[in-house]
Amino acid sequence: MMAMLEIQHVHTYYGNIHALKDISLNIDKGEIVTLIGANGAGKSTTLKTISGLLRPRHGTIQFEGEDLTRYLPHEIVAKGVVQVPEGRRVFGRLTVTENLEMGAFAITDRQVISKNLERVFALFPRLKERRHQVAGTLSGGEQQMLATGRALMANPRVLLMDEPSMGLAPVLVDNIFDTIRQLHADGTTILLVEQNARIALQVASRGYVLQSGVILLNDTAENLRMNEMVRKAYLGES
Amino acid sequence: MSITHSLWKTGLKTGLIGGVVSVLLALIGMVEGFSQRDIINEVISMGHTLLLLVVVFITYLSAKRTTSRTKVLALVNSLVTGIVTGIFLVLLVILGNVVNLRSIFVNASPVLYNIMTFGQGLMNGSLLLLVVAALIGLLTGLVYLLPNLLRRVLVTSLSSVVLAGVVQDLLRPTLAAWGPIAVVSEWIFTANGLSLPGAIVLAVVIAIILLFWSFKGKAIQTGVKNLPSGQQRVLRYIGFSILILVFLILPQVLGLFLSEVLTIVGLYVLLGLGLNIVVGYAGLLDLGYVAFFAIGAYTAAILTSPELGFFHFSFWSALPIAIIMGIISGVILGIPVLKMRGDYLAIATLGFGEIIRILVLSDFLRPWLGGAQGVGKIPKASIGSFEFARPQEIYYLILAGCLLVIFISLRLRDSRLGRAWMAMREDEDVAQAMGINLVATKLLAFATGAGFSALSGAIFASKLSSVYPHSFNVMISINIICLIIVGGMGSIPGVIVGSVALVGLPELLREFAEYRLLVYGAALVVMMLLKPEGLWPAEIRRRELHEGEPKTTEQVLPPEGGLSSNEEGA
Ligand SMILES: Nc1ncnc2c1ncn2[C@@H]1O[C@H](COP(=O)(O)OP(=O)(O)OP(=O)(O)O)[C@@H](O)[C@H]1O
Ligand SMILES: [Mg+2]
Repeated sequence: MMAMLEIQHVHTYYGNIHALKDISLNIDKGEIVTLIGANGAGKSTTLKTISGLLRPRHGTIQFEGEDLTRYLPHEIVAKGVVQVPEGRRVFGRLTVTENLEMGAFAITDRQVISKNLERVFALFPRLKERRHQVAGTLSGGEQQMLATGRALMANPRVLLMDEPSMGLAPVLVDNIFDTIRQLHADGTTILLVEQNARIALQVASRGYVLQSGVILLNDTAENLRMNEMVRKAYLGES
Repeated sequence: MSITHSLWKTGLKTGLIGGVVSVLLALIGMVEGFSQRDIINEVISMGHTLLLLVVVFITYLSAKRTTSRTKVLALVNSLVTGIVTGIFLVLLVILGNVVNLRSIFVNASPVLYNIMTFGQGLMNGSLLLLVVAALIGLLTGLVYLLPNLLRRVLVTSLSSVVLAGVVQDLLRPTLAAWGPIAVVSEWIFTANGLSLPGAIVLAVVIAIILLFWSFKGKAIQTGVKNLPSGQQRVLRYIGFSILILVFLILPQVLGLFLSEVLTIVGLYVLLGLGLNIVVGYAGLLDLGYVAFFAIGAYTAAILTSPELGFFHFSFWSALPIAIIMGIISGVILGIPVLKMRGDYLAIATLGFGEIIRILVLSDFLRPWLGGAQGVGKIPKASIGSFEFARPQEIYYLILAGCLLVIFISLRLRDSRLGRAWMAMREDEDVAQAMGINLVATKLLAFATGAGFSALSGAIFASKLSSVYPHSFNVMISINIICLIIVGGMGSIPGVIVGSVALVGLPELLREFAEYRLLVYGAALVVMMLLKPEGLWPAEIRRRELHEGEPKTTEQVLPPEGGLSSNEEGA
C-alpha cells in the first residue's frame, strides 16, 4: 500500500545552489515522522518544497495518489497539507482570534470554522484567555501555540511543523511536544522538522537524518536513538 | 552639573531644531508673505500666528519628549525650548540688522524684521520676541500638564479660532447671503480676520460644546445604544439622510469657487480610495498610480473628443470602457511586478507611471493621443438636457462616484478578498501558507485600485474638457500617497480627511500655494512625530502604534469605518 505522503527523488535548487539532493521520504496516515538535521541541512527547504512554495527541479511528491508538484501553494493547503512556518510567523498586528480565522482561509463553511476554533481553544486554553490580544504581544510560547493552532484551523490532513521548539525555554518545549502527542492521539499525521533531535525522537515513530541536502539515515526512532553517529552528532553524547 | 545638564538636554536639543525651523520659515518669506492678513483683526496677523505656532509645536514636542517621571521637568524643557527658539529668532533679527542678508535670502527684508519685532524697534522688539517665545514655552508646558480633557478642549477651540481666521475671506462672503447667519458672521468676522470679541466668543462656544459632549456624549451614545434596534435604525437613517442632504445642497450654498475646490477634493478622494486598496489594504507600495488616472482620462478623451474624431461616444458610454481599460492596465502592470516587494515594487511602479506619461507626450503617438498639446473639446457628461458643466454640477457627478467607491471599498474590506489582502499585507509568505492565492489576490488589488483611478480620470477629462500630459506627472501619485498617510493607511474616512487637509486646505489658502510642497513635507514630518497612524486611522494601525499605551487614546479617536458619523462632511 502507498504511504499518505510520499516524496521520491526530489531535487530542489536555489538558483544554482543545489539544496536538496535526491530526497526520498514517506509518511503513513496517523504517523509522526521527524526530519532532523543541523543548521542549513535543508529541512525548511524540504517542507517548502512539499508546500509548493519551492518547485523541485526533479522528483515527485505524491499525496494520497496525487502529484503535488503540479499544484500551487494555496491548492496544496486546500488539499490538507498545511505548514506551521519556522519562527512562529504570526500576524503580529491581528488579534489571536483573527489570526486563527485567517488560518481557516481555505475553508468557506462558517460552521466548520467555528467548530475548528472551539477545538483549537480546547487544545490551547491559554489562547482562549487571550483571544482578543494582539498576537505581536504574545510571549514566544504563546505565539508557537498560535502558529500551531492557526495551521490546525485549516483542517490539516498532514501537518508540517518547522522547528516548533526553536527559541523556547525547556518547559515550553515540553508543553509544545505534549500538544504534538495529543494531536497524534487525535489522529493527525505530522511531519516534524527539528534540530532538537532528543525530543523529536521521543515523540516520533520514525525519523530521517538530513545532512547537506542528503538523507543520511532512515530508521525507526528507537534505532536512531541508539545509532552511534546520531548520538555523537545530534544527541551530544560521546 | 551633569544632572542639571541632562535635565534640560531634551529642551535644548528640541530648541535648536525649533530655532532652525523658525528662522528658516522667516527667511524663505512665509512669515512676511502671511502677514498681509490678520487672524484676529488688529491683534495678530497670520504671519505672527505661523511663527508662534511653530514655537508652540516645538515646545509641545519638547514637553512630550521629556522622559523623566517628574512632570515639572516637561515644563522646564518646554520653557528652555521656547527660550532657545526665541534666541535664534532674536539672533536673526540682530544679524539681519548688522549685515545685509538679502544677497543670499531675498526675503530677509527690513519688513520681515519689523514683523518679527512686533514693530517695536530693534532693542525693545527683540526683547519682546524673546519674552513671547519663553512665555509660549511656559504656557505650552502648562497646557501639556493639564488633564487630557482640558488640554483637548483648549487645543481644539484655539485651533478652530485660527482656522476660522484663516478661512474668513471664504466664509464671510458665503455666509453673507444667509439672513440671520449673516448677522452673526458680520459680528464674528471683520474685513480682515476675526473681530476680537468674535474670536473670544467662538473659542468659548466651541469649548463649551466640546465639554458638553465629553460629559454628556457617552450618556447620549449609550442612550442611543439602548434604544430598540428598530429605533436605532431609524435614527441612523435620519442621520444618514441629513448627511446626504447636506452633501446635496452644499454646492448651492458654497458658490462657484468653493464648489470647484470640492470637486478637486472629490477627485482626490476617488484616487485616494483606489490607492488605499493597493497600499492600505494590500500593502503594495505603488508610486506609479497616476498612470491609471491618465489611462482613464485619455480613454475617455479618445472615445469622446470630436477633435481626434475617432469615435463619438457619449461620456456615459465611454465611462465603463475607461474603467475597464484601467482595470486591464492594472493587471498588465501587476503581472511583471508580482514577485517584487517593498522598495523594488515602488521603483518599478514609478517607472510604469513615467512610461505612460512619456507615451502620451510622445510625438510618435501624437495623431492618436495629441502629444504635448493634449486633447480638447471633450464633451461634458449629461443626463437628458441636464449637463454637468459648471463645478456646481460636476460636483454631483463626483459625489456619486465617491459614494459608489466608498460603498465598494467598505464591502471589499469586509469580504474574503479583503481578508486575503490583509493577510498578504501582514506577511506574504505566511499568507501563501494559509492557502491564499497570492497571484490572484495581488492582481485583484492592482485591478480594483486602477479601476477607481480610471473612473476618476474619466470624470477629470470631462470636467476640464481637455487632457494634457503634464496633468499626469509623478507629483499626483505622491500627493495621493501623502494624503493616505496623513489620513491613515487603510482607512476610508482617513482618505476623505486626508484629501480635505492636503488638497482642500491648500486650495483655500492662497498664501500656501507657493509653499505647497514645503507644507506637504512639514505636514508629513509632523504627522510622523505626533500621530504616525494618521488623522483618522484604521483600527489595525492604531493597535500597532499605540501598543502598551493606556486605553484612553481609543476614546479620543473617532471610530473607523462607518458613514454614520457626521464629521466626514468637514
Ligand atoms: N532563499 C534562499 N536562497 C539561497 N539559498 C538558500 C535560500 N534558503 C535557504 N538556502 C540555503 O539552502 C540550504 C538549506 O537551507 P534550509 O533553510 O532548508 O536549512 P534548515 O535545515 O532549515 O536550517 P535551520 O535549521 O537553520 O532552519 C542552506 O545552505 C541555505 O543557505
Ligand atoms: Mg529551517
